[in-house]
Amino acid sequence: MSDHPDTWSRPPFIANPWLRWAVYIGTTAYVIWVVATIPIDWVRVSDGIGRAGRIFGGAFPPSFERSSLLIDGFLESIKIAVLATAGGVALSIPIAFMAARNVAPRPIFYLGRAIIIVARSFHPVIVAIIFVKAVGFGPFAGVLTLIVYSVGFVAKMLAERIEEIDFGQVEALRAAGAPYFSTLFYAIFPQIMPRQIGLTIYQLDSNLRASAVVGIVGAGGIGATLANAFGRYDYDFALAITIVIVAVILVSEGVSGYIRKRVA
Amino acid sequence: MTSISEQFGREDWSRHTPKQKARRFLIFAVCAALIAWALGSIEVVWAWVWDSPAQMGDLFARMYPPDVTNLGAILRILLETVNIATIATAIAVILSLPVAYIAAQNTTPNRATLWLGRLILVTSRSVNTIIWALLFVAIFGPGVLAGIVAIMFRSIGFIGKLLGEAIEEIDKRPVEALEATGASRFQVIAYAIVPQVMPTFWAVSILRWDINLRESTVLGLVGAGGIGIILQGAIDTFNWPEAATVLIAILALVILGEIVSAFLRRRIL
Amino acid sequence: MLKITDLVKRYGSGGDPVLKNLDLTIEGESVVSIIGSSGAGKSTLLRCINRLVEPTSGSIVLNGTELTKLSGSNLRAARRKIGMVFQGFNLVERLTVMENVQSGRLGYISTWAAITRRYPKQDIRRAYELMERVGIAHYANTRADQLSGGERQRVGVVRALMQDPDILLADEPTASLDPKTSEQIMGLLRDLAGELKLPVLINIHNVTEAKEYTDRIVGMRYGRIIFDDLPEKLDQDAMDRIYSGSPHADRGEDPVAAQ
Repeated sequence: MSDHPDTWSRPPFIANPWLRWAVYIGTTAYVIWVVATIPIDWVRVSDGIGRAGRIFGGAFPPSFERSSLLIDGFLESIKIAVLATAGGVALSIPIAFMAARNVAPRPIFYLGRAIIIVARSFHPVIVAIIFVKAVGFGPFAGVLTLIVYSVGFVAKMLAERIEEIDFGQVEALRAAGAPYFSTLFYAIFPQIMPRQIGLTIYQLDSNLRASAVVGIVGAGGIGATLANAFGRYDYDFALAITIVIVAVILVSEGVSGYIRKRVA
Repeated sequence: MTSISEQFGREDWSRHTPKQKARRFLIFAVCAALIAWALGSIEVVWAWVWDSPAQMGDLFARMYPPDVTNLGAILRILLETVNIATIATAIAVILSLPVAYIAAQNTTPNRATLWLGRLILVTSRSVNTIIWALLFVAIFGPGVLAGIVAIMFRSIGFIGKLLGEAIEEIDKRPVEALEATGASRFQVIAYAIVPQVMPTFWAVSILRWDINLRESTVLGLVGAGGIGIILQGAIDTFNWPEAATVLIAILALVILGEIVSAFLRRRIL
Repeated sequence: MLKITDLVKRYGSGGDPVLKNLDLTIEGESVVSIIGSSGAGKSTLLRCINRLVEPTSGSIVLNGTELTKLSGSNLRAARRKIGMVFQGFNLVERLTVMENVQSGRLGYISTWAAITRRYPKQDIRRAYELMERVGIAHYANTRADQLSGGERQRVGVVRALMQDPDILLADEPTASLDPKTSEQIMGLLRDLAGELKLPVLINIHNVTEAKEYTDRIVGMRYGRIIFDDLPEKLDQDAMDRIYSGSPHADRGEDPVAAQ
């Protein structure tokens, strides 16, 4: 039995040796290059340790003294999230139909997809600063921003759902002589409704999160309150706001998850 | 001759029972009331709202044609943005491994570590990257490092949570088999758990990189490095044609990132 | 020699024990099968031996070592000498056959060698010998999830034999296989037991296979051994005692459960 090999090595992750070494060397070179060229001012960073101490020292204990400001900020965030979800979902439905390959004519399909890609690609904060410049500071810019944000997600997911529908049901109604909108209401809407409700609730939750962020660049809500607190070095108030944001997000995530489970 | 409806003695049909109808009506009423409340009490100047389409049109008109004189600088910063996202993702992936390990019910050493792991995940996930960036800009001063650390802090929670769930969902039978061979705890992890969570590990890392690419484009708006700084500068000086170039560059970057991550996902999984 | 004395296993704090004061001795290199209906405690008995299940009380002695008192590295050292083959194969699907086979040696090699896949030369040669013996040597670099059921169970058998065990436990090794493959695996277990001078303890549902491939049959019913003899002594009467009756009827006449 001595003809059995006594060495073994694991089959490599990438079979082609040239490609394998190219990947290894390329990755190493990239890391070295990034670390060597990244503009970090280490002196300033080392100062940061002391500053971190001061910031955290100033942040404890969190101050809830100006809680009326905090509550107002939050109510505004909730209003922004509600209006943006309503507007965003309303806009998403036609856009989703435009962007579904199986129901939209070709040119309209490309237009729908383009709208979704643009809405998805820009971070809400970028959209927000543009709206702030165009329509002024305040919650209205926030609502517009989150409408765009909602369209990017809801229309995309809904379009995918529409592309998966069972077309036999549509054919059956057409064969029975049903007009266009009746077909829409009887054969397509019932198939996408559960997904639509789930998406709406999910988006409300996600808009609430995002509304805390877009406020930082002036689009209203709790984010504006937080950015102000940071700007005025009120770290104890900033910590209080952050704690409340985290708590609200956790509650909202739990509620939204519960409702979606009940609906689905 | 009797029609079918007469035979069966029923001419009314309704899809929902009265109780269902009442419930549906209630849900609609609550939604409508919520929207009415939000609309009625939100502090907006309605004159601005009606004026906004004209304002938006004006803005886009001023963006055209995009100004490409600074394209070289824009692309250089765009590359820096990619580097921020990539390095931050790489470090976060490594740091999230121990967090996932202690946050998964079946691998965590004891209850205290389980709750520590969960606390780290929740804190990291609930605070948005931009808010982390605000904090780290205050600590480290404006610059790339604040951005990298901010993205790391947010990503650890995301990756750690999904990886922890993957660990909890593994097939436990190979674990049992290796324990029966007399392998040590660490060897069982290396042979029975790690191979099972590898696919999730790669998928989550790629997904987070894609998300981080998007997030790193806005870090500059709070001073934490990347392309956002140029965008902010262009907007503050009302240099809309250059802002348009930056926006197009960001759009191209994000779409490219999505193509690359889709490719990687196909190749690796 | 494996000697089990007065073994009791009770899940949870109250209720009926799964194993009731059980005694069993296995000497020499014989192939022993344990038969009995589902819930008779066959699997629990096997898992008590290598302590995948913690016995409540009693003693299990393998070649002079008391297994029930061990913990930590002593337990791992004892487990190295007890091979186990599972119903569901329990392979790590995403690893190659060689890695699965070598995982039987994990108790013997350092963690560093395990992670870097630097297995000792004699282990690799041994693995190829055993894999060739069961007919899977050409799959060394194949991932386990590419194999058929019978091939996977061969990997499972080789993994257990790599441990260089003093006894082999097999928990329903053929229950997930088709009849033909099932016979091949049973034949393999019997032949390997002879070649390697290894006692084998097999839980099995299929009485025909138990009679054909094993030297001794132990019949279990609700936590007790009620038959223990040569295969040819297993007549219809013994079969009825092992397999008939409902759990309820059995517990009714059981003084332990009546408490």
